[in-house]
Amino acid sequence: MTTAAARGPLALVLHQARFDVRAFIRNRQARFFTLILPLLFLVIFTSVFGNDIVGPGDTKASAFYVPGISAMAVIAASFINLVISITVLREEGILKRRRATPVPAWALIAGRTLMAIAVSAASVVVLLLVGRFAYSVHLPARHIPGFAITAVVGSITFCVLGYAFSTAISNEDAAQPMVQAVMLPLYFISGIFIVPTQLPVWLRNVAKVFPVQHLAHGLQHAFQPGTTGIGIVWSDLGVLGIWLAIGLGVALRRFSWLPKAATG
Amino acid sequence: MSVHGLRKRYGQVDAVAGIDLQIERGEIFAFLGPNGAGKTTTVEILEGFRTRTSGEVSVLGVDPANGDAAWRDRVGAVLQESNAEPGLTVRESLQLYAGYYRAPRDIEETIALAGLDEKADTLAPQLSGGQRRRLDVALALIGDPELIFLDEPTTGFDPSARRTAWHVIEGLRQLGKTVFLTTHYMDEAEELADRIAVIAGGRIVAEGAPGTLGGRNRMASTIRFTLPEGTGADDLPPDLRALLAGDDGRVTLTTDTPLVHVRALAEWALERGIDLPDLDVRRPTLEDVYLELTEEPA
Repeated sequence: MTTAAARGPLALVLHQARFDVRAFIRNRQARFFTLILPLLFLVIFTSVFGNDIVGPGDTKASAFYVPGISAMAVIAASFINLVISITVLREEGILKRRRATPVPAWALIAGRTLMAIAVSAASVVVLLLVGRFAYSVHLPARHIPGFAITAVVGSITFCVLGYAFSTAISNEDAAQPMVQAVMLPLYFISGIFIVPTQLPVWLRNVAKVFPVQHLAHGLQHAFQPGTTGIGIVWSDLGVLGIWLAIGLGVALRRFSWLPKAATG
Repeated sequence: MSVHGLRKRYGQVDAVAGIDLQIERGEIFAFLGPNGAGKTTTVEILEGFRTRTSGEVSVLGVDPANGDAAWRDRVGAVLQESNAEPGLTVRESLQLYAGYYRAPRDIEETIALAGLDEKADTLAPQLSGGQRRRLDVALALIGDPELIFLDEPTTGFDPSARRTAWHVIEGLRQLGKTVFLTTHYMDEAEELADRIAVIAGGRIVAEGAPGTLGGRNRMASTIRFTLPEGTGADDLPPDLRALLAGDDGRVTLTTDTPLVHVRALAEWALERGIDLPDLDVRRPTLEDVYLELTEEPA
C-alpha cells in the first residue's frame, strides 16, 4: 500500500480534505449552519422582499438575495465552520497529536481549506439552483467564471481569516457566539440581508472596510443586467486580497497548534 | 535517548533544573513525579513541542528541537490531553493517521493489537474512556515508531480498564519498542517499567529498577502485631525489644532481617501459648519510597 505521504504533497492534501469532509458531513450542527441555514434565509428573504423593484431595468431584490446569501454560505462554510472546528480540535489536543506525526503543517491547513472550498461550492450550487428554478434568478453563463473565481477567492480569504480569528478564542464554548457576534452585523450592513440600495450611504461606507461587503458585492455583480466581461469586480478581489494578507500575517504570528487552556 | 543538564526556566523559576537521563533501546522507562514536578515540561521538550533553556537532548540521535518529518516518522506519542477525532470511526481515524506516514503498520493488525476489533466501525468519540485511550495508543503506533511516549496513559481509569491498557503496553515490549511512560501511579510503574526515574522540584531524586529504587531493597521491613490482654511489649525477648519502633496498642518492630525476627517472635509466642492473629510483615512499597523521595520540605 502506498500512503498519501509517500505519493507526494497533492495526495497528502487530498487525503486530509477527504477525511475533513467526512467529519463535516457527520456533524449535524455544522451541516445545519452551513447548508440549511443559508437556504432558509434565501427562502425567507426572497419570499418577503423578492419581488421589490430595487434597481434600474426592473431589477428585483431576489437578484440580490441569491448571490448575497451565497456569500453568506461561503462565509459560513469557510469562516464560521472553520473557526469553530479548529478551536475544538485545538482545545481537545487533536491538532497537537496530528503535529506529533510527520504530517507537515501546510498539508493540514491546505486540506482543511480545500474542504471549506468544496463545502462552499456545494452550498452555493444548491442556492443557485433554488434561485434559478424557484425564483427565476439567472446567472448568465458568461459570468459563471467571474462568479466562481470570486467565490473561491472569498472562501480562501475567509479560511485564512478563520485561522487568524481562532487565535483570539480561548475555548470551544466561546467560538460559536464569537463568530456570530462578528458576522451578524456585517451581514446586515453588507447587502446580504438588506439590499444594498436600501442602506444609508454612511452604513455602506462602513461596510466597505470589511471583506463581507466585497464578497457579496462581487457575487451580486455577476447577476446585474449591465455587467460585461466574465462578471468579475477586480476592486472587490483586491480588497479580499488585502484581508487575506492581513489574516495571513496574524495567523502566522499567533496561530498555535497547542491547546490554549494547557499552555496558559 | 540521552539527556544532559536539561533545564527549562519560566521567569525566575526552573521548572526543570538540570536533569540527566539515559534510556536504552527496547526499554520501558517510567518517569514518575507529583504534579508540577517538571514531568510534563520534560516530556514536551523530548517530544519537540517545547523549547529548552539549556542542556543537551538527543532522541533517536536527533535534537527534538530540530525534529523533522523523518524523525517524527520514528517517534509516536500518546498525549495526556488528546481527545478522539470527531466524526471519524476507529478505522477511519487510523486510516487518516496512516496516510501521514510513509511506511505505516497494517491498520487491521493495529486495531487488533489495541483490542478494538469489535469497535472498528464505532465513531471514536462514542468510545469509553479506556477504549479511547487504547485508540490513542493505536494512533501512536500506526506509524510503526521505534520510540513511544505515553503521557499518563491510565489517569482516571477504573481498575479493569487499567489492566487492559497495561496489557496493551506490555504488547509494545514484545514489539521491541522503546517506551517512555509518564505516570503518577506507583503500581503502574512497578508493573510495567524496567527502570524508573523520579522527578521532584525539577530534579531527578532517584533512578533505578522498581525493586531497588531509592534503596528500597535495603530499607527496613516492619513487623506489626497486637499482644493479648495482660502481655506488654516489655515481655518480649530482649533482641526483639531492641527493634521496637512503636506501641500504640499495636506493636511495630523494624528490621533488616525480617525472617530471623519473625521466627524469634513465633517461638516466643508459641512457648507462651499466645496467638498473634493480626501479625503482618511488610516490605516498604514503591509508594512508601516515592512519598519519601518526593516529600516537600516542611
